[in-house]
Amino acid sequence: MFIFMLLFSRQGKLRLQKWYVPLSDKEKKKITRELVQTVLARKPKMCSFLEWRDLKIVYKRYASLYFCCAIEDQDNELITLEIIHRYVELLDKYFGSVCELDIIFNFEKAYFILDEFLLGGEAQETSKKNVLKAIEQADLLQEVRPAPLKP
Amino acid sequence: MSPSVALQEMIRAIRSARTQCEERGVIQRECAAIRAQFRQTDNGGRSHNLAKLLYVHMLGYPAHFGQMECVRMIASPRYSEKRVGYLGAMMLLDEKQDASLLITNSIKNDLSHSNQYVQSLALCTLACMGSAEMCRDLAPEIDRLLRSSNSYIKKKAALCAVHIVRKVRDLGELFVPSARSLLSEKNHGVLHGAVVLITELCGRSPETLERFRKTVPDLVQIMKGLVISGYSPDHDVAGVSDPFLQVRILRLLRILGRNNEAASDAMNDLLAQVATNTDSTKTVGNAVLYETVLTVLDIKSESGLRVLAVNILGRFLLNNDRNIRYIAMTSLQKIVGTDHNAVQRHRGTIVDCLKDQDASVKRRALELSLALVSASNIRSMMKELLIFLSSCPPDLRAQAASGIFNAAERYAPSKRWHIDTILHVLTTAGGDVRDETVPNLIQLITNTSELHCYTVHKLYRALLTDISQQPLVQVACWCIGEYGDLLLKGECQETEAVQATEDDVLDALEIVLQSHMSTPTTRGFALTATMKLSTRITDNVDRIRSIVSIYGSCIDVELQQRAVEYNALFKKYDHMRAAVLERMPVIQKNSLGQTNGEVSEETIKETQPGKVKQEEAAQPQQPAGQVVDLLDLLGGSQEPLAPSSLISITSSAPITATGSAGGDLLDLLGGLEPTPLTPAPAMTVYDKNGVTLTISCEQQSDSGLTVMLTASNSTDSDISSFTLQAAVPKSVQLQMKAPSRDSLPAKGAAKLTQLVVLNNPNKVNLKMRIRVSYTSLGSVVQDTVQVDSFPGISAAGL
Repeated sequence: MFIFMLLFSRQGKLRLQKWYVPLSDKEKKKITRELVQTVLARKPKMCSFLEWRDLKIVYKRYASLYFCCAIEDQDNELITLEIIHRYVELLDKYFGSVCELDIIFNFEKAYFILDEFLLGGEAQETSKKNVLKAIEQADLLQEVRPAPLKP
Repeated sequence: MSPSVALQEMIRAIRSARTQCEERGVIQRECAAIRAQFRQTDNGGRSHNLAKLLYVHMLGYPAHFGQMECVRMIASPRYSEKRVGYLGAMMLLDEKQDASLLITNSIKNDLSHSNQYVQSLALCTLACMGSAEMCRDLAPEIDRLLRSSNSYIKKKAALCAVHIVRKVRDLGELFVPSARSLLSEKNHGVLHGAVVLITELCGRSPETLERFRKTVPDLVQIMKGLVISGYSPDHDVAGVSDPFLQVRILRLLRILGRNNEAASDAMNDLLAQVATNTDSTKTVGNAVLYETVLTVLDIKSESGLRVLAVNILGRFLLNNDRNIRYIAMTSLQKIVGTDHNAVQRHRGTIVDCLKDQDASVKRRALELSLALVSASNIRSMMKELLIFLSSCPPDLRAQAASGIFNAAERYAPSKRWHIDTILHVLTTAGGDVRDETVPNLIQLITNTSELHCYTVHKLYRALLTDISQQPLVQVACWCIGEYGDLLLKGECQETEAVQATEDDVLDALEIVLQSHMSTPTTRGFALTATMKLSTRITDNVDRIRSIVSIYGSCIDVELQQRAVEYNALFKKYDHMRAAVLERMPVIQKNSLGQTNGEVSEETIKETQPGKVKQEEAAQPQQPAGQVVDLLDLLGGSQEPLAPSSLISITSSAPITATGSAGGDLLDLLGGLEPTPLTPAPAMTVYDKNGVTLTISCEQQSDSGLTVMLTASNSTDSDISSFTLQAAVPKSVQLQMKAPSRDSLPAKGAAKLTQLVVLNNPNKVNLKMRIRVSYTSLGSVVQDTVQVDSFPGISAAGL
């Protein structure tokens, strides 16, 4: 299970944070700050996995964004890398050649896509096509003039 | 998609702020506007406002005033507002906030909404931040949704159920039937969710695990379908069909096959197939292979399959990708205990990884290398490990140093090698070794009497070079103090001798005493060493006397106390000085690995008779005792003792050279009380045919008493099956603890001790009948002895 997922820029600015365990705001800030520092200090060719404070951290850099997540002990690190890659592919397909600015200006959509791919810290849909279809449909629903839905 | 213009404009405004202060200003203005708009009733831009607030929150600014707005938005009938409202709930509300309970009802309603995307929002939020109460409330709903016909909802409900089970373990039972039936789904998303749910259920309860074992054939079937089936565009990732599902199924199979022959057999073929057919050129294939290897190694697989798995790991080790190497080492670490030889084959590659640039890889390589050290490869491995130690990152130093010590302790080919290795570690990484290293090294040195000369020469040289590494300096001071005469003789067989005069040696110690780099502990060592030299050198005793008296007014209380006592030793008790400062007896070896429960009481007991004589002879016990004590506090401490053995040591009171610091401290404190710190005398109660039995006792409390029986064998043949039985008057309660051993080797090589705890509430006259039985030279001998008076107990006091 994912414990959290963070997206941050090379300057250490947070672009997305998703937490799957209850932590106080203060703790979240502390973890974020320290982890960002640790990951940014690593050299380019280094291993994508590290042990940090009893957590397994898996991170990957895509252009100017670091995708960093914490997983549990029994989780498979390599498949986590694949999950991160799948998320990036989804963003790419949705925004059409995604870049960091897209995620900054449309952060809520990045969250919606993430929530359609991961649920409660686990992958919910393994088919790229299905995830994108669901987002499309949900967006259409939102498009409909702000008419109240029948319950 | 209608862009939320207001939101994007705000983001632009924030980003264009050039300083932190400007940014704060923009954000404050925006937040004020947002707050004002929250207070207004329904307007079209509510979702935009909340989105703005969430952005501000992500930048790190407080946003708690948005919590109630989230609650309101969730309850809104508009989808756009619900969507942002739920997002806000997941970001701002967690189970610790009180407001989170308020959305329970909304979630409940939305779970039964006609539109699946609304249901999905509710499911997602529940799975992300649902508290235990919310989970209990909504579990039946989730179970109902698990049975719906909509795959989109089913897959989400399955993962929501996983969250519920994690929060409230008992609810697992509720989901078992639905989980079982979900396995027959065709939809991959639902299957994935089902497998995750079943994994979670099995992990929480062993009975459920038993029930789900029956699903192994179904899982094997599904896997086969994935592995063999052709290209499926929907789920293919670089040639592997739905790797995410494959990995989860393999993980579930691992849990189901663990410790179960039948289940393991059922999956053997499948695992072999996956292991051989999966393409390992891309990460995704390696991910599946990795999971397969983990499964094979964990279940009761047949040996051929295990060999295959270890070979896959071997291939991983040679992979160019650092990640794969790291993974390989992590897995090898898990099996190094069980498949040691298989892992040994890859030792070369692992040792090479010690030189890798990456800290994670280094750490793994270090752990694995330490696990692979054995008697045959100790020399070469140690060379590599010492090279590693000199260049390793600081956070790994302590681990490396203690690992090296353990390995050296277990496999040292010669004592000299052992001492050399420890000295090497102390010079390279002296600051990072654990505290027990100093006493352990001292013990090792005293035990190797043939190398005293060599050791002291080496240490002296090391001391002259560098006095910053405290453990090294401490050991060096101790050795110079003990073996200073060997140092001054100026000749040594094993190494080039140091030609030092008495002044040189005293200079070296004084430098340590005065250096600002020396810790108080180190200073204590140096002062004591200086004092000990007073009996080992001839000319400069006055110099020592003056050093000692200077420190009599030192600010550090510990040093001052020592100096004052040593001064006293010079003045009033000069006649005893030689006896007090003579060579330390050989410290008994206590194996490094011993933990709290196992202190060898016999080793402490064995030095007891010797020490008893020394102390009984000396009338003014306090200075002598305290000199020894203080030395032991720093120099002689062994592994921490368990409380029960601590009690027996303090009760037996003698200040032994091997007593633990804790025990000695208690002794010192005990010494402050009016009761004198007299050692409990041992009384011989039985001495026949070379077998001796002594008892010593200590009064624990008003009616409690512990008696220590010690047996030894001075004949030329070993004695086996040695047992002691004891009987006491009826009103006395007796409890015999387990003896330390059951055989007595010949010629007193080892003693047997047994503790007997007595409780004498009626305070009757205490007598004990002890029956001794043993086998010697093939014949069984039994004898009885009666003890009428116990040493150390005043007749009236009992």
